[in-house]
Amino acid sequence: MNSKVHLDNMNVHFGSTHAVKSVSLDFPANSVTAIIGPSGCGKSTLLRSINRMHDLVPTARVSGRILLDGTDVYARGVDPVAIRRKIGMVFQKPNPFPAMSIHDNVVAGYKLNNSLKRGETEEIVETSLRRVALWDEVKDRLKSSAMDLSGGQQQRLCIARTIAVQPEVILMDEPCSALDPIATLKIEELVEELKERYTIIIVTHNMQQAARVSDATAFMYMGEMVESGPTKKIFTTPEMKQTEDYITGRFG
Amino acid sequence: MKSLTFRHLTNSAVTLLMVLATLTVLTPLALIFIHIIKMGLSSLSLDFFTQIPKPTGESGGGMANGLFGSGLLILMASVIGLPMGVLGAVYLTEFGGGKLASAIRFSADVLAGVPSIITGMVAYALIVVPMKGFSALAGSVALALIMIPIILRTTEEQLKMVPGTLREASLALGVPLWRTSLKVMLPSAAKGVVTGILLAIARIAGETAPLLFTALGNQFWSRKLTEPIAALPLQIFSFAIAPYEDWHKLAWAGALVLVCIMFALNLGARVMGRQKRYS
Ligand SMILES: Nc1ncnc2c1ncn2[C@@H]1O[C@H](COP(=O)(O)OP(=O)(O)O)[C@@H](O)[C@H]1O
Ligand SMILES: [Mg+2]
Repeated sequence: MNSKVHLDNMNVHFGSTHAVKSVSLDFPANSVTAIIGPSGCGKSTLLRSINRMHDLVPTARVSGRILLDGTDVYARGVDPVAIRRKIGMVFQKPNPFPAMSIHDNVVAGYKLNNSLKRGETEEIVETSLRRVALWDEVKDRLKSSAMDLSGGQQQRLCIARTIAVQPEVILMDEPCSALDPIATLKIEELVEELKERYTIIIVTHNMQQAARVSDATAFMYMGEMVESGPTKKIFTTPEMKQTEDYITGRFG
Repeated sequence: MKSLTFRHLTNSAVTLLMVLATLTVLTPLALIFIHIIKMGLSSLSLDFFTQIPKPTGESGGGMANGLFGSGLLILMASVIGLPMGVLGAVYLTEFGGGKLASAIRFSADVLAGVPSIITGMVAYALIVVPMKGFSALAGSVALALIMIPIILRTTEEQLKMVPGTLREASLALGVPLWRTSLKVMLPSAAKGVVTGILLAIARIAGETAPLLFTALGNQFWSRKLTEPIAALPLQIFSFAIAPYEDWHKLAWAGALVLVCIMFALNLGARVMGRQKRYS
């Protein structure tokens, strides 16, 4: 399998806190990789290093290599903005732009960059919304505020907004943790479909979710990558005792 | 434990004290208002808005040039002060974590505390002396110097209240930080920013001291930025200290108009401030 994103001995420090410790991991193209682990173990930190979201945190320091298609995203001369266009991100809490309509939220990436070409807007909006199975629910009220949608719809809108700018990789940081079970199920089905076009890395604290949606699973503990491999293997015959304890819920 | 009646008594006594304190504060304010309205209304006429002051000794005339002058000074001060204040605040919240940002914040706070007559002297030294003459431009700069720290700090406060998740959402879409600041963060804080701007305008609308040796005042019409210009507060001041009954009347009318303008600006700021913000 060809590797889309590759972490090579990656470390993240916040000041003196060593949040991610020497992680090496491979994310194959067009697959879903789940990152699981107890809260505070560094999952979000690892994820946010990949699209350089830590650039805004003055205390954050990322070392090691993060390769996207073989190119180090932290190499000198690489524009973080260009990286973020290729690596989209969906956040824990749905965060549509409150002042924008549903329609404008979908094309926000273009609008904010003044790069929207006349005539192609409607097509982008419809395709993106269809792809997240939101089109039928909102097609009659595209002009109304995104804040009128339910939490689950807002999150699908955020995914639509992310895929509208045609990324190659989508990072999802506990995208369902603020949603009810039915909305969660919809997002999970969506992830399943999206992997045909995108490489997906999803952080979750919900192990059933990891088991349901992912092809590969990586278990992190206290900043370290304890074990990673095919999801089935991790959940049935883990090699490490810590992994087994965590997935069987025997964790302190 | 103290008895119930005692607590009731204490409660009433303290309430009474608070009511008295409130009245003490409100009474002078009400008296000033009532007096200005009474004196102003009896002197206010259409001429006030259309005529310029008559030469000494003649009766009638108005403060049309002062109204226009104040309008122009405020407009020019806003043209200078608004972008500096707002963009400075964007810089502080989005890009400034370092020493420069602290220095800017400190300077803004000091500048906000400087007596306005000193601000006028600064504008005098910066503009009037090199240009060899009093001018509307100098007055505008003096007023802008008063506006900038007010707008800077209120805008910064408002920007800080915008949820960081919006910034992240925009950045994650591949929008550069500067565009994110201007097109996501600033619009989200717009209402509060406008409130701050209105308050800053209200503040400079009544300023007299910084105009004394910058805009200077003018008995006649002037539309040029390079010449001395009339301003409402200046006219009120010079007419009020003049020994003519007629001029005193005009000063009262001017005071009423000025108070009404301030009231409208403050009301506008309140209305803007009360509207729902993003939560
Ligand atoms: N911006 C930050 N500044 C300082 N420390 C941080 C920051 N973000 C995360 N951390 C620290 O890094 C560690 C990992 O956090 P995080 O990646 O959010 O965990 P998880 O997502 O697995 O719950 C925690 O100890 C946390 O306190
Ligand atoms: Mg997290």
